[in-house]
Amino acid sequence: MLKRKSLITIIAVAGIGAALAACGGGRSSDTSAATTAANADTTLSGSIVVDGSSTVAPLATLAAEKFQAQAPNVSVTVGTSGTGGGFAKFCNGETDVSNASREIKPEEQAACDAKGIKFTQLIVANDGIALVTNKENTWAKCITTKELATMWAPDSKATTWQDVNPSWPTESLKLFGPGTDSGTFDFFTKSINGDEGASRTDFSPSEDDNVTIKGVEGEKGGFGYFGLSYYEQNMDKLNLLQVDSGSGCVAPDTATVQDATYTPLSRPLYMYFSETATQRPEVKAFIDYYVANEPTLAKEALFVPLADQQLAQAKTVAAGLAG
Amino acid sequence: MNGPTRTASVHATRAVERSLAGRRHRSLAASVFLVYLLFSTLVGLVALFVLLFTILRDGLPYLDPTLLANAPSANPALAGARPAIIASVMIALVLIATALPIAIATAVYLEEFAPKDRWWIRLIELNIQNLAAIPSIIFGILGLAFLVRGLGLGPVLLAGALILGLQMLPTVIISAREALRAVPDSVRQGGMALGATRLQVVWREVLPAAIPGIATGSILGLSRAIGETAPLLMVGAATFVSYNPGLLTQYTVLPILIYQWIKLPQADFQGLAAAAIIVLLAILITMNGFAIWMRNRYERKW
Repeated sequence: MLKRKSLITIIAVAGIGAALAACGGGRSSDTSAATTAANADTTLSGSIVVDGSSTVAPLATLAAEKFQAQAPNVSVTVGTSGTGGGFAKFCNGETDVSNASREIKPEEQAACDAKGIKFTQLIVANDGIALVTNKENTWAKCITTKELATMWAPDSKATTWQDVNPSWPTESLKLFGPGTDSGTFDFFTKSINGDEGASRTDFSPSEDDNVTIKGVEGEKGGFGYFGLSYYEQNMDKLNLLQVDSGSGCVAPDTATVQDATYTPLSRPLYMYFSETATQRPEVKAFIDYYVANEPTLAKEALFVPLADQQLAQAKTVAAGLAG
Repeated sequence: MNGPTRTASVHATRAVERSLAGRRHRSLAASVFLVYLLFSTLVGLVALFVLLFTILRDGLPYLDPTLLANAPSANPALAGARPAIIASVMIALVLIATALPIAIATAVYLEEFAPKDRWWIRLIELNIQNLAAIPSIIFGILGLAFLVRGLGLGPVLLAGALILGLQMLPTVIISAREALRAVPDSVRQGGMALGATRLQVVWREVLPAAIPGIATGSILGLSRAIGETAPLLMVGAATFVSYNPGLLTQYTVLPILIYQWIKLPQADFQGLAAAAIIVLLAILITMNGFAIWMRNRYERKW
């Protein structure tokens, strides 16, 4: 009898859920149907397998989605094995395109060579690392790279903001950042501490940058770093720090990231295309589509678009590929 | 022989007397223990309710036809989970068609037919127990080396489903064996006495009697497999797939999509992730409901 009741309960809960679901309507922007573009090219077909960095994934996803509207018979899949994991598959001939938040390493290059896999590197967008503090942090507006190193060095003893800069208060320092698997972590540690992966370990790491945001938002002495797009989506919750690498304080924005005056925390993002893939017309079309629409795609995916010179170079690379 | 038995029975009598005394004057220790039990129950319940409440609050506004009908998109207004939902359901079906029969057959063999005193049967039993304790990522690595690369299957849905099947085998085998063991021997002996063969007894009497237990174990294993992410990422499940997956195409599943959405910067995607969790919960509840229905149906016969 009891079991019969529990069945009824489960059905009831499911029913209530379904009924509530009918209320719907939480998305902030208008839902207009995704339609196939008028100038769709139905002669292209096949599939393109993209994998690699999860930082680049939103950009690759957006490009894949829009490209598929242009070429409805091509299917593009995007995976997020991470930059290193992506190259491992790419150099084993399992993927066509590898997203990367850094350049290919010599040992990864060697793995590709061993399998006879040749490739083309394309810079697809720029990204800045935003340094953020709590809204109540009134003292820190600009931080030097030296202070950053004091804060994040592997043997750092800094426990208060005063330990980083004597003119700052004794508010205790609460550090947040990405986990050690992240390309952003690799890049930040290399830029600030000199060695990839060299970082103090007593901070709160998270693979999910939204957790870092919540952490800094909740701690007066909080400090965190992540891709610029996460700051732009949460400007009302966090303060942005300027960075001084010896030639004055610079805040990250489109211009300073593009010309890399926001240094050393600006970086290009990459896609690697295997030669066997670029010989296929659907992959060539995908590259051409990307290069032609790069500024819009990068902006929509919340990245900093390529500078004019970078874009011209990307176009040359794309044009040089056999169709 | 007599001595220890008598001491044991004396001990037992004293224990009963103590507990009777305790009922009259509930001791402090007993009250503390009761409070502790109640507290333990509450910890689980409160955690569950907080989780459910948060998910429903964040997710319900986003649970709309678009989520069920559309493919994933970089634009939160258009993003849906259709390919992931289809893939998750397909994986469940592949598991029911492949892993479940194998697991149940293994359990029936080990419990009803296998010569229990042989060393190799013991070895198999020991290994099944060990397999149940292996981290899921190890199965992922096995799948990558053996199915995806070794057999050249590629990162397709079938490869992911088979590796999840392998992972759930020990759970289902162990629970199915428990269920078979719970069927009283008198049922078997009665069947044999009436002249039925061993196969007939197992097929017509023991197995139907064990179905409620087997169903519960199977659903537990299946539910765990549906919520799994790590081994699938290892065998190359994608995160963005815009077409309806087939057995031999690339795929993404709900847990992977949820994980990806939660990490995106746009707030809308966190709501969508919560809504996708509700969809995943609905699939799991449906499966559990089916198991409960089956348990009730077959339990009435006995």
